[in-house]
Amino acid sequence: MSAFAPTARKGTPPAATREGRGGVLPWLAVPALVIFVGFGVIPLIGVLFLSFTSWDGLGEINLSGLTSWQAVLSDPGLPHALWITLLVMLASWAFQTPLSLLIGVFLAGRQRYRAVLAVLFFIPLLLSQAAIAIAYKALLDPNFGLGAGLHIDLLVQDWLGRPVLAFSVVIFVVSWQFIPFHSLIYQGGVRQIPRSMYEAAELDGAGRVRKFFSITLPQLKYTIITSSTLMVVGSLTFFDLIFVLTAGGPADATRVLALDMYKRGFQANLMGPASAIAVILVLVGLALALLLRRLGGRDPQASQMEGA
Amino acid sequence: MDVTQTTGRDRTSASGTHRRPSRAGSESRNWLGGIAGWLWLAVVIIPIYWIVITSFKAQSSYYATNPLAPPSEPTLANYRMVIESDFPLYFVNSLIVTIGAVVPAVVVSFMAAYAIVRGSARRFLRGVNSLFLMGLAIPLQATIIPVYLIIIRLHLYDSLLGLILPSIAFAIPLSVLVLSNFIRDVPKELFESMRLDGASEWKTLWRLTFPLTRPAVVTVTIYNALQIWNGFLLPLILTQSPDKRTLPLALWSFQGQYSVNVPAVLASVVLTTLPILILYVVGRRQLLSGLTAGFGK
Repeated sequence: MSAFAPTARKGTPPAATREGRGGVLPWLAVPALVIFVGFGVIPLIGVLFLSFTSWDGLGEINLSGLTSWQAVLSDPGLPHALWITLLVMLASWAFQTPLSLLIGVFLAGRQRYRAVLAVLFFIPLLLSQAAIAIAYKALLDPNFGLGAGLHIDLLVQDWLGRPVLAFSVVIFVVSWQFIPFHSLIYQGGVRQIPRSMYEAAELDGAGRVRKFFSITLPQLKYTIITSSTLMVVGSLTFFDLIFVLTAGGPADATRVLALDMYKRGFQANLMGPASAIAVILVLVGLALALLLRRLGGRDPQASQMEGA
Repeated sequence: MDVTQTTGRDRTSASGTHRRPSRAGSESRNWLGGIAGWLWLAVVIIPIYWIVITSFKAQSSYYATNPLAPPSEPTLANYRMVIESDFPLYFVNSLIVTIGAVVPAVVVSFMAAYAIVRGSARRFLRGVNSLFLMGLAIPLQATIIPVYLIIIRLHLYDSLLGLILPSIAFAIPLSVLVLSNFIRDVPKELFESMRLDGASEWKTLWRLTFPLTRPAVVTVTIYNALQIWNGFLLPLILTQSPDKRTLPLALWSFQGQYSVNVPAVLASVVLTTLPILILYVVGRRQLLSGLTAGFGK
């Protein structure tokens, strides 16, 4: 590999190692590395450091030992935020996965109109979460929204004013934006299943349902894991939408971890405790990613190396 | 390459969902999928339709008319009002931040992805790759407090450059992953013949690899542009003065200001989405095939 580098002309120092005699290749990765370390890795370490300090966001940063952690861990707000985060994760996964799978299988058909459907399906992904939240706020308004205008009593609810309803609205709006995306992932997965498998099953007299459960579903194993990973890890980052739609309310019914961190840090000016929440957020994210990778039985990193 | 493979197999690898019954009673159409598909299409389209038609209604008729009926007298007054406000300034801010972040992000990610694929024997580059992969699992929000501190210390608080730098960093992990997956599909013989011709790595990178992986570059560019154009958290935390706002943040404060004028708020939503919609229409084919090829594996 290293022999590819045109060493002679690049004039690299003679101290180069035996393996890669200098060369230009490592340098190509340096700009990306520097920016990512500066604004990704250092902040990640920094957030751990800041969780042992007290800082109001403006003044001096003072070391304060475990004060922030004690404050956060003894606050009933933390288990509540963790619980809401978990609920959002589970509910959005359970609502989106079956629908995305069903629609993805449907979209995998080759009729032309289904291609048109796929184009329309993509539109919610183009909108910013802030825009979506603003539109839904107007749409769901109990006095002037869609339900009131159409005189459908079922739709006239105080959608964002009651805890259970507001939580359901968050799940629905998230699904509204992301089901199309996951459907397209499944569409791609279904299209890669060899046709011959279905033909063999048909010869054995398998019906549609049977074919779905014995061929489509097992063949989509990795697609399901990919889609679920994106959903679950993504659910930790529903900040914009919830912030604009409900701001965590009513009565903290939609106060997920990310929102809890923002409120403590940038509204209550307690950067220490907010950093502790951020550390918890990172740990939850990493734990979930590892768990899902274990479930999949496939190490994405290893497969990358094989491909090289 | 993935894209051509997927399209090339069009006829052979269909899922069988649309097959006519080959033997009596052995197969029916995919009713359940069809119902779900059409129903969800309605769920997706109705709010979008409502946003668009309402943005053309006069404020007075918004409360009086059927919300799903098109306006009897369409008006551009809402759009005029939005455009005559500070909207154009926010638009330009968003444009500067998006272009200023996406172009460098894609260029440095492409260089890194090339190095990672071509130099996979080197421990340094393998380490860099692992670092980026780890970055995929970290929720962006979690690093926002130190990012805020760093931006303050660099005296970039409340500046567009202060938005651009972290945006580039957050775009790198996924961009490198997608681009390196595509660069890996470039036949080794092509690299070899470039080398025999005496081409440098730099030349091989831009003259050979870049043109061959253009679909992936387009996909990554559009995806990042979408993320950064729609970004809300960074401008919320890293800016303060109204003249440094980007569109999503401006929408939010606009909504607070004009909450009674729903048609005007929705007109600003439409105007905000328009550029990204145009980008989508232009790059749709490559974006869709790139995404399905990238994730469907």
